[in-house]
Amino acid sequence: MIRDPIREGLAGWKTHDAAALDRDLELEADVAIAGSGAGGGVTAEVLAQAGLTVVILEEGPLASSSDFHMREREAYPQLYQESSTRQTGDKSITILQGRCVGGGTTINWTSSFRTPPRTLAYWKNTLGLRSMGEAELAPWFARMEERLSIAPWPVAPNANNDLLRRGCEKLGIASGAIRRNVKGCLNLGYCGLGCPVNAKQSMLVTTIPAALDRGATLVHRARVSQLVFERGRVAYLDAHGVAGNGVAPSQRRVRVRARHFVLAAGAIGSPAILLRSAAPDPRGILGRHTFLHPTLISAAIMPGRVDGHAGAPQSIYSDHFLDTHPLDGPAGYKLESAPMHPILVGITLPGFGEGHARLMAKFPDTQVTIALLRDGFHPQSRGGRVRLRPDSTPYLDYSMTPYLWDGARRAFLSMAEIQFAAGAKTVMPLHEGAQPLESWSAARAAIRELPMQALATRVVSAHAMGGCAMGMDPASSVVDESGRHHQVDNLSVHDGSVFPTSLAANPQLSIYALSARFASALAAALGKPAS
Amino acid sequence: MSLVTRRQFIKVGLAGAMLFAAARMLERPSAAAASRYRALDEQSAATVEAFVPVVLAGSLPEEPAARARAVREVVEAFDRAVSGLALATQEEILQLFSFLHFGPTRVAFAGLWAPVVDSSRDELRDFLLRWRASRFDLQRASYNALTQLIQAAWYGNSSSWAAIGYPGPPQLP
Repeated sequence: MIRDPIREGLAGWKTHDAAALDRDLELEADVAIAGSGAGGGVTAEVLAQAGLTVVILEEGPLASSSDFHMREREAYPQLYQESSTRQTGDKSITILQGRCVGGGTTINWTSSFRTPPRTLAYWKNTLGLRSMGEAELAPWFARMEERLSIAPWPVAPNANNDLLRRGCEKLGIASGAIRRNVKGCLNLGYCGLGCPVNAKQSMLVTTIPAALDRGATLVHRARVSQLVFERGRVAYLDAHGVAGNGVAPSQRRVRVRARHFVLAAGAIGSPAILLRSAAPDPRGILGRHTFLHPTLISAAIMPGRVDGHAGAPQSIYSDHFLDTHPLDGPAGYKLESAPMHPILVGITLPGFGEGHARLMAKFPDTQVTIALLRDGFHPQSRGGRVRLRPDSTPYLDYSMTPYLWDGARRAFLSMAEIQFAAGAKTVMPLHEGAQPLESWSAARAAIRELPMQALATRVVSAHAMGGCAMGMDPASSVVDESGRHHQVDNLSVHDGSVFPTSLAANPQLSIYALSARFASALAAALGKPAS
Repeated sequence: MSLVTRRQFIKVGLAGAMLFAAARMLERPSAAAASRYRALDEQSAATVEAFVPVVLAGSLPEEPAARARAVREVVEAFDRAVSGLALATQEEILQLFSFLHFGPTRVAFAGLWAPVVDSSRDELRDFLLRWRASRFDLQRASYNALTQLIQAAWYGNSSSWAAIGYPGPPQLP
């Protein structure tokens, strides 16, 4: 029997389900936090430990291990934004984001990387972010690594990952092992559907319970609609309950008054709250420069079973094609693999009917490699823009540029070469115009001719970043190097939306470390220095 | 793409989007028509049902009773999935169905002479192939939406798993 620490804790915690309120709710706190993911969770723990009163608002439900059944058709509508179908405005890129207590950390694949030194150097030297050096951030990384049990993964990679390692090795390409935030992991492979055994050290089982133990209040299924300003400061925030299926707003309103407000609703959610609130934005920066690590996928049929649904989903990576490309040169890309679950594979493989059925029949023998493009460092990669629909829900306008398509084509070539080196019988770039290719030379010829086109090439993202860029200069950024809003004194942003470029690495650890630093400074500024 | 063709492209793309919305206005089912579904109306559900054997050709069970059950469950799961999309996206899906139901737009832009429910599987397959290869974003996006929602509805169903060699989630200790 698996213990469920969340259900066990509920009796002693202050939590409200805003979808089930029978009257409007009014709360007061030192700090109100919108979002309970990597940024909101860490912030809540740091502030609560410093002795501040905290209210956390989360759009998604408080679901925990008893609710996690490792079934995609339950998990996507329950735990993901827009049932895992959130897309860019042109519908050409699918964006995976969490929408549940713990946010993305509840459904991510546990990959833990410090912000790459080259990215930090670019921020410092080119963008002038003086406090973002490797040495300045190192203690914050170390602190969060210890807090979340981030460590080398002692278990052998599953075949899906090991084939990436072997292919790289054959070609003399450097690869490495991914550190993971797990404790007592059973190597099941279902991290993306909510960890059923509470091994993943997500915010759901670490910082959020710790904050609740210290008296914080959690309001879940509450969508923050706007901040209300009085005399240039945020006076209160308004949220609405979200109806049962997580889509439509309910009648019930939640209003939170606080001394300070922290947005941690993610790189689409946080800019959207500010846009809805008509927050000061004198230079029209808000919501711009949003990055995605646009991700391409290559599927290989191997001679034997891969069973990519089983075992830690991501344990091997290669930064070779980042490290060998200058930041301002042709787009570089990080290589990883991805878990194989039937819906994810079914909707990602191109085509339909008999051809699609033949691809699906090879499900157990399929190895998947993914390439995450480094966006945001080149004049032809300026990112997307968060906008509001007429019903005030957000969407992201983001277009693949010729620069990024060039990176996509080279990524397809690299992945195919590695997969053939690992012993693939066929390789198929995931693209509506592609066929399984039987040799590296055939693949090279076909990929060179493949039209790189939106809505034909499959492009996905699990890493939305930017939109509330941090910077020294209010003319080109939304928040300062402490996450404080340039124009509004009692407002901060603590999440991936503060990144001024993409990271070129999976973002969770970067968000943890920055949020810990921001929150500690905030606690001190509010008169309660963090311990 | 040259500037002129790009301009034409954008124009036709926008016109297509407006047609989608217009077809939705003209074809909105009357409020009286009760639906068994959460997001779909009965006519849209029938359209989904017509596409299921085409999109899932080679995947559905052969045995007639099992096949009928599978098709029914896919339509139900399609409906559940749509009900979990953003409201704006739900409206776009319904616009797509209106476009396919409204005779003039169906004939002129989908190239289907008969209503979807009366079209042959070959006609529906050819229609999907045309939209898959279309130069218009809106048509390729619609192709993706139709096929992927049906595929998600099927591969989320445990009765699809044996045929693809997926053992299902492991037993917990």
